[in-house]
Amino acid sequence: MSKKNESKVREPLFHIAKRTSMVWWKAWLIRGVAILASLVVCALIIVLLTKQNPLEVYASMFKGSFGTKRKVWILLQNMAILLCISLAVTPAFKMRFWNLGAEGQVLIGGLASAACMFYIGDRLPNLLLILIMFAASILGGIIWGVIPAYFKAKWNTNESLFTLMMNYIAIQLVSFAIMVWVPSGSSVMGVINSSTSAGWIPDLFGQKYLFNILVVAAVTALMFVYLKYSKHGYELSVVGESENTARYIGINVKKVIIRTMVLSGAVCGLAGFLLVSGTNHTISKTLAGGNGFTAIMVSWLAKFNPILMILTSFLIVFLQRGAGEIATNFRLNESVADILTGVIIFFIIGCEFFINYEIKSTRAKHKEGK
Amino acid sequence: MKKILALLLAAVLVFSFAACNGSKEDPTTTGAGESTSAAPTDVDYSKVKVGLICLHDENSTYDNNFIQALKDTQTKLGLKDDQVLIKTNIPEDDKCLNAAQELADEGCNIIFADSFGHETYMMQAAKEFPEIQFCHATGTHAKTAELKNFHNAFAAIYEGRYLAGIAAGMKLNEMIKDGKIKADEAKIGYVGAFNYAEVVSGLTSFFLGARSVCESATMKVTYTNSWFDIALEREAALSLIKDGCVLISQHADSEGAPKACEEKKVPNVAYNIDTSSMGPNTALISSKINWSPYYELAITAVAKGEEFATDWCGTLATDSVQLTKLNEAVAAEGTQAALDEAIAKLEKGELKVFDTAAFTVDGKALDSYKADVIPDEKFEKDTEVIKDGSFCESDVEGMRSAPYFDIMYIDGISEK
Repeated sequence: MSKKNESKVREPLFHIAKRTSMVWWKAWLIRGVAILASLVVCALIIVLLTKQNPLEVYASMFKGSFGTKRKVWILLQNMAILLCISLAVTPAFKMRFWNLGAEGQVLIGGLASAACMFYIGDRLPNLLLILIMFAASILGGIIWGVIPAYFKAKWNTNESLFTLMMNYIAIQLVSFAIMVWVPSGSSVMGVINSSTSAGWIPDLFGQKYLFNILVVAAVTALMFVYLKYSKHGYELSVVGESENTARYIGINVKKVIIRTMVLSGAVCGLAGFLLVSGTNHTISKTLAGGNGFTAIMVSWLAKFNPILMILTSFLIVFLQRGAGEIATNFRLNESVADILTGVIIFFIIGCEFFINYEIKSTRAKHKEGK
Repeated sequence: MKKILALLLAAVLVFSFAACNGSKEDPTTTGAGESTSAAPTDVDYSKVKVGLICLHDENSTYDNNFIQALKDTQTKLGLKDDQVLIKTNIPEDDKCLNAAQELADEGCNIIFADSFGHETYMMQAAKEFPEIQFCHATGTHAKTAELKNFHNAFAAIYEGRYLAGIAAGMKLNEMIKDGKIKADEAKIGYVGAFNYAEVVSGLTSFFLGARSVCESATMKVTYTNSWFDIALEREAALSLIKDGCVLISQHADSEGAPKACEEKKVPNVAYNIDTSSMGPNTALISSKINWSPYYELAITAVAKGEEFATDWCGTLATDSVQLTKLNEAVAAEGTQAALDEAIAKLEKGELKVFDTAAFTVDGKALDSYKADVIPDEKFEKDTEVIKDGSFCESDVEGMRSAPYFDIMYIDGISEK
């Protein structure tokens, strides 16, 4: 009887165990294989769905980012904005404060800049105006970030929901502002100060996007240092690991939460400023363009490391730009391109599993036991 | 001559739809047209490269209307796929400028954009590439921008709305006659996107069309504050129906309202697409802008190296304003005949949609009105638009093609 029972207990063929560590080159090998595998799956999808030559499609994707000098600049500009927002959410995430409100924080920052351009654009010298816009945007982002942080620190409200809902308020505020500023009811702001260029960041060396790119490069370096080497950076990661531990070693948790969200909101506000003053010269509900959410992925994929985020934001923007290019060149709906992007990201995220865990054959273990 | 041209265009359109669009329902079947006409053979199109920038993609009825028309024109003019580049999902910001620049880099010599908010970016691109023609639909700046290579275009869609309104009014009459509603319950519901002139002009002309046949008709308007929002448009339609509206029309770009109407069995008049497949029991008719004549005109001008209109307004005569096939299962008896009669009168100029004798504002007839025709930062009401007893809408002679009828509202229309 007991023997029968024993044989009934079926052990799975494999089991999963957490890896303690992995040599760096092995980890990158796994990632490389994952990307290759994803390209193979994508090729299958391309052939089955669209009957196009997958190699041509990949070439076109590559062309979408690097085809011309202008495309490279556009790639860098899009990367800079996405990276800036990703850097903004990172300290909050490291503190396990789920800031899903970057979209709204960017919008408010942008709105503050646009309001300055609209109301005082013709009265001040350009440099002063730009400085005021810069300050106003950062302040706007801070306010939008600190409100949920204060509620979290004071009453332990749920920050994911809170920050998410703040996005909608920001969107409605922008709608409202446009309604007031554009009495024709078209809901389109159009380029602000198109005749005077007041409040526009001037081109650097003839390059429209260079200013944005340089600013974000500086922010990346600063954020890296802040998180890795500063006391603040250390404190927020302790709060993230365990609030009790933080309290035990004398960290003022409330203060850290609020301080970190001030930073997070400020950098989002900066992104809003760059978008309005440096790039678009207008404001619309879609200013952040979903980057506030994409940034979450960029930050996580890079494991909250600002330097690695350069790579992950490049990857995402490269895929987005490629998607647009193949949609145009092969007359595919962009949804097809989105499917491909989804597959590639799925593989990249999925392969982290194989880096963090190993799959062991159960039989092998038995043998080891004997 | 114009009529012959229009007939020719219509026939070609039917032909090209049949040729390349077999799987989709034909929205313009007005009669089985066999045609042998093709593109003008004396024009060399081989050096033309066309770009189109769209706010959304085919899922938006508005953008789909632009995309399909360009594909039809491509077929008609015999352009190859690599001569027609379409960029979709381009927002109304710097990305529009980027898209235009990239199309210019690809060698396009004429670039179209379909959304109102693209205009200022298209103008920037026009400055940057003076040898390329930029054509912007629904825009307002071309006449005053002093850019030789920047153009605006629209269509006198208020005429199409008026006609669709006649079909709606006849339906209301039928409901009254059948005893389904009393005469004073003939209330129309209208789902608008924004209270912008383009929408206000459309809803007013639609209402005037309906009231020209059903005197007791009134209309309630509600806005979604979005051009494309399936859920909001659906909710807006449902709440209008709940308020006692017995017929719904809309000016927003999703299928939200027509589908809600089918659910509630309320007749619906749509815009830009034939909705009879999603509402076989309720879709009455749609008015639509056919962009093909404009594409052909502009592309041909570029191919010949000729100049073309700075601001162009399509009409019924150019076949730019169309009605989709009347859904006989829903329409009241005699609707088609009434439509044909009204079309003839509109084309002859005997009938004017905004005839000041046909409506009042605050109880008074409108004998003078200044509209904001010339764009400026202060939105000044700058131009007298009442001429010869009618509101002169989208009249390009010295004015502009994009609608500027912004009176909210004429008597009989109110906002929910």
